[in-house]
Amino acid sequence: MSQAKVPVWVNVALIPLLNIMLAFAVSGLVILAIGENPIEAAGYLIYGAFGYEEGIGYTLYYATNLIFTGLAVSIAFKAGLFNIGGEGQAYIGGLGVALVCLWLDSSMPFIIIMPLAVIASALFGAAWAYIPAYLQARRGSHIVITTIMFNFIASSLMVYLLVNWLKEEGRMAANSRTFAENAWMPYMHEILAPLGINISDSPLNGAFILALICCAFIWGLIWHTRWGYQLRTLGTNATAAQYAGIDNAKVTIWVMLISGGLAGFVGVNEIMGVNHNLLLNFTAGYGFAGIAVSLMGRNHPIGIILAATLFGALYQGGAELAFEIPTITPEIVVVIQGLVILFSGALEHMFKDRIEGFFIRRAA
Amino acid sequence: MFETLILILDATLRVSTPLILAALAGLFSERAGIVDIGLEGKMLGGAFAAAAAAAVFGSAWIGLGFAILASVGLALIHGFACITHRGDHIVSGVAINTIVAGLTITLGLDWFGMGGQTPALSGDARFLTITFPFADALADVPVIGLIYSELLSGHNILVYLAFALVPATYWMVYKTRFGLRLRAVGENPHAVDTAGISVAFVRYRAVIICGVLCGVAGAYLSTAHNAGFLKDMSAGKGYMALAALIFGKWRPVPVMFACLLFGFLDAVAVRMQGVVVPGIGEIPVQAIEVLPYVLTVLLLAGFIGKAVGPKAVGRPYVKERA
Repeated sequence: MSQAKVPVWVNVALIPLLNIMLAFAVSGLVILAIGENPIEAAGYLIYGAFGYEEGIGYTLYYATNLIFTGLAVSIAFKAGLFNIGGEGQAYIGGLGVALVCLWLDSSMPFIIIMPLAVIASALFGAAWAYIPAYLQARRGSHIVITTIMFNFIASSLMVYLLVNWLKEEGRMAANSRTFAENAWMPYMHEILAPLGINISDSPLNGAFILALICCAFIWGLIWHTRWGYQLRTLGTNATAAQYAGIDNAKVTIWVMLISGGLAGFVGVNEIMGVNHNLLLNFTAGYGFAGIAVSLMGRNHPIGIILAATLFGALYQGGAELAFEIPTITPEIVVVIQGLVILFSGALEHMFKDRIEGFFIRRAA
Repeated sequence: MFETLILILDATLRVSTPLILAALAGLFSERAGIVDIGLEGKMLGGAFAAAAAAAVFGSAWIGLGFAILASVGLALIHGFACITHRGDHIVSGVAINTIVAGLTITLGLDWFGMGGQTPALSGDARFLTITFPFADALADVPVIGLIYSELLSGHNILVYLAFALVPATYWMVYKTRFGLRLRAVGENPHAVDTAGISVAFVRYRAVIICGVLCGVAGAYLSTAHNAGFLKDMSAGKGYMALAALIFGKWRPVPVMFACLLFGFLDAVAVRMQGVVVPGIGEIPVQAIEVLPYVLTVLLLAGFIGKAVGPKAVGRPYVKERA
């Protein structure tokens, strides 16, 4: 049905927009149901996210995490794999960052620590994705279930490590010690200041640049390499890929390694960029939010940047909203996320088929 | 030693109950070919509805009713997406879990203003324990007395219901016409369609049963096991039930034993906190807690037996046109 007759803008703009409008409309009903004015709420939300420089910084800082997890989910999606384990992979990625920082921060300069920490986050995240990938590719266990299980295993492992090994002596909370400043990812306002650009202080840090590099890299990888073609073939039709001589198992494993590595980068933003120590639950659902981001962004890096910014704005604006209207909790953002997943993912055919049908009939 | 064992087993029954209910819920759904990642969300939604209604109406039974309504509502959304619109089952399940996680807190804060919790329940608003006849009198009889008074007696009605539902599920899935169709729809929907039976209708009924059971599981959490709703109180139990469902290979009795095993590990983990085992040292609680997930991964990888689910699970059924 979806031959070339449907205009491109319908698929890349109209349908995602319609999905998100619906998600917003239903969220508006929720806000109405608790006796608040959705329009007023939206006003606070937009102001909180974009109304002032610091707000924008926060928005982009949240977006950084979402770009990483969104890309992670979407590259796996492209190959027909559902990586639901971004949460665990991001968590373990943070462990990699923290270990490098804790180990080297007293003896090495930033210029050496930074690349090592970034590599460690990717390696740790990838390693955590490798096992489910291997099991799916070689032993036929379903990747969705194994990645879910690995989220829980990661969570237990991190509690164990933080409580028994990495906790700072004499502290009640299960945090590692704070890294020395030479292991901190510089903030964006620090990076831009020497260039004569002055922006307000915010948690936005160098990881944002890494996120943009990742987008460009993934774009090139998926659409402009042989391997990317194999990946897309696997995702479109695994049987055809097999006949075409593609080693499906090998591609599966590599896609998941990249996916896990991308999710692991959340650790760079959170641990190295903002918290400067390893702490419990710093991933805060970004792994799952990545699913909404990749669905919204149509699995394209540009779309993912836009969707991540939108969700980043919801996180930041949601915090502002909760401050202005105390009866609305920041969790309203989680509701919106869920609705986006529902409308643009699960109920995709409900609108897509009808809208495409409309345009095909009109073209005919 | 014996008393400790009985107490652990007693705790096992209590912890296993929501797992059994949710896992049986998943069994109905997945046997009909509908993958259900959303057990967690439906359970959480049920827990919230039960606690909220019980707090307002002062009756645990009304709470249970609302829990079932809420959970079936969510199940129908899942069905609408997966059956009617051939949507991705996993995506739909994730959506439901996410929506419920946010909605329970948002609504809870508005309704009760207690940071997303519901008021503490007491009296009729909770399912209270049932003491078997002569339990107190027999308590002093060696061995049997303890088993009878501690282990068997003194649970609330939902615990007994959960265990009664295991043979009931077995009978329904394997001995009734509906059960036959249910299994057939999960294995080979085309065959069912050819026989002139609506695949969609069978699947919808399966999804509704799944909703009912998840609702009961949720009500158990908030009105029987605890006295009120707490933020994220299902805490991964839905996923653990899913693991138990796989571990029990989608069959009622093995699923129950898987739930009991996972519940036992949970109960042991609580007991083992800070206990030094001779020769081994202190076993980290997390190591025990993580076992259900590790076991499930090993099973799925075929290292300990092989888990093979219903053949058509997760595949939308498209009626072929001539």
